[in-house]
Amino acid sequence: MAFVFTPEQCDRIESLCARYPTRRAAILPVLWMVQAQDGWISPDAMEAVAAILQITPAAVYEVVTFYSMFERKPCARHHLQVCRTIGCWLRGSQGLVRHLEERLKIKPGESTPDGRFKLSTVECLGSCGTAPMMQIGNDYFENLTPLMVDTLLNELK
Amino acid sequence: MEKILTKNWDTPNSHGIAAYLASGGYASLKKIFAMTPAQVIDEVKASGLRGRGGAGFPTGMKWGFVPKNTGKPIYLCVNADESEPGTFKDRAIFEKDPHMMIEGVIIASYALGVRTAYSYIRGEFYQQWKIMEQAILEAYEKGFLGKNILGSGFDLDLYQHRGAGAYICGEETGLIESLEGKQGKPRNKPPFPAVQGAFGCPTVVNNVETLAALPWIINNGAAAYAAIGVGKSTGTKLWSVCGHVAKPGVYEVPLGIPFKTFLADYCGGMWRGRSLKALIVGGSSVPILTAAEAMTLNLDYESAQAAGTFLGSGGMIVIDETTCMVRALENLAMFYHHESCGQCTPCREGTGWVEKILHRMCHGEGRTEDIALLLNLADNMQGKTICALADALAMPVRSYVTKFRSEFERYIQLGRSEFPEPEWN
Repeated sequence: MAFVFTPEQCDRIESLCARYPTRRAAILPVLWMVQAQDGWISPDAMEAVAAILQITPAAVYEVVTFYSMFERKPCARHHLQVCRTIGCWLRGSQGLVRHLEERLKIKPGESTPDGRFKLSTVECLGSCGTAPMMQIGNDYFENLTPLMVDTLLNELK
Repeated sequence: MEKILTKNWDTPNSHGIAAYLASGGYASLKKIFAMTPAQVIDEVKASGLRGRGGAGFPTGMKWGFVPKNTGKPIYLCVNADESEPGTFKDRAIFEKDPHMMIEGVIIASYALGVRTAYSYIRGEFYQQWKIMEQAILEAYEKGFLGKNILGSGFDLDLYQHRGAGAYICGEETGLIESLEGKQGKPRNKPPFPAVQGAFGCPTVVNNVETLAALPWIINNGAAAYAAIGVGKSTGTKLWSVCGHVAKPGVYEVPLGIPFKTFLADYCGGMWRGRSLKALIVGGSSVPILTAAEAMTLNLDYESAQAAGTFLGSGGMIVIDETTCMVRALENLAMFYHHESCGQCTPCREGTGWVEKILHRMCHGEGRTEDIALLLNLADNMQGKTICALADALAMPVRSYVTKFRSEFERYIQLGRSEFPEPEWN
């Protein structure tokens, strides 16, 4: 299905473009707008972004593929992104990952069959003093204990 | 000690403009508008303030490189991409005192003749981005941003630009490329951003903490700032401390205090009373120090350099006696390989090869010659690429392998680690 920006979104995009000397510079905020709405960035959406910013679809594609936070496939409802880099590693991120693997019966990179959870390991999230931690959606969950993780998994429907 | 950057952090709602104004916030603006931009630059030069993002380059001097009267706009980019492992200090400024940074942006912009400033924040810091959006809105409402600020005739717009997950965008030219809507691949220098930066125009990129120090410098004078610290390391520095300390967190201290004192007095000593094995003093990319080196280190730029390392971003990673240094290096190799942008061969391939060698070592398949191979790779990576990402792995490789060589040898010999996996809780 073709991706179409609503008139309100078009207005918003014009106001974003006005912040920069080039339309292309608005690509990250526009892609964020798409992902906030759809949860991912479809090929159709990339074409629509290219058209509105007056750049080639390839220019959009190269940006979408460069930045690790942009999803190119529909994602599970809750994407558990566990930091694996040194600060968290020193405080037990491997144990946290293993705990999640056991609870969810999936490995990093996989999703539960019901589409509820995806598990990933990610690079440093700037939360090293509150390790171990994970990001779910827009939120950080820090200083995690096994009990906190289990409670969280029950709450996330 | 007088707090500069953290003075408001314990105030309730310290992120709001009401608390900031009550603490004397935005007072420096009246002062700068009575000065010429050149006088503001001179004041910052005289303060000795150095860039807090990692390089420690004198801020006033960086500003001085911007050519005048080119007819082009001049841009200021705030580097809030904070992604160096171990670093979480700018995040604290965003959360606890965003207006201090905004005030700093106004000072820098006035000094440089900037009319549009962009604050580039890493995509993962969504909550911090929201706090800053609100703070910017408040600053517009009070007339500190926008047209004719406080009747001075000076106009300034400040926009946030949200990244989307790429460590390399913390490199200033990678940041600029990303701001322009491209992949964040660093540029060859020269031309330096001061001459040709964002959108082909003169551009200054300053770290959040650097900018946040400016209001105090203007209010209290360069001499007062320069009186804090030691030698060419003036003022205070934020340290974000993680790893095996009893109290991880963000602490502000004058530059030059001994690490030993800092560890005991601020960080609560070592976690669970264990012994120190190693210290990464300024973010994961700097050469590591042994416990003996760390315990005689003073936390200033010159002392760090004399000890063969760098203060870097102030992301301090404290490592205790139970930690396996081979696995710690493997962890970093994975990071830098993942984050290499891929445009320079020594980095793209080198970070991958280092990771592969360490993986096989960690899986019990290490070879005796791997130690020499790692050092050889580090030599072929460092200084041979457009930006410093290759160096950021080469320096840990060389320092870990050299300073903890026997651990690497034992690991290869035994085919396993002699140390347990880091504990969770």
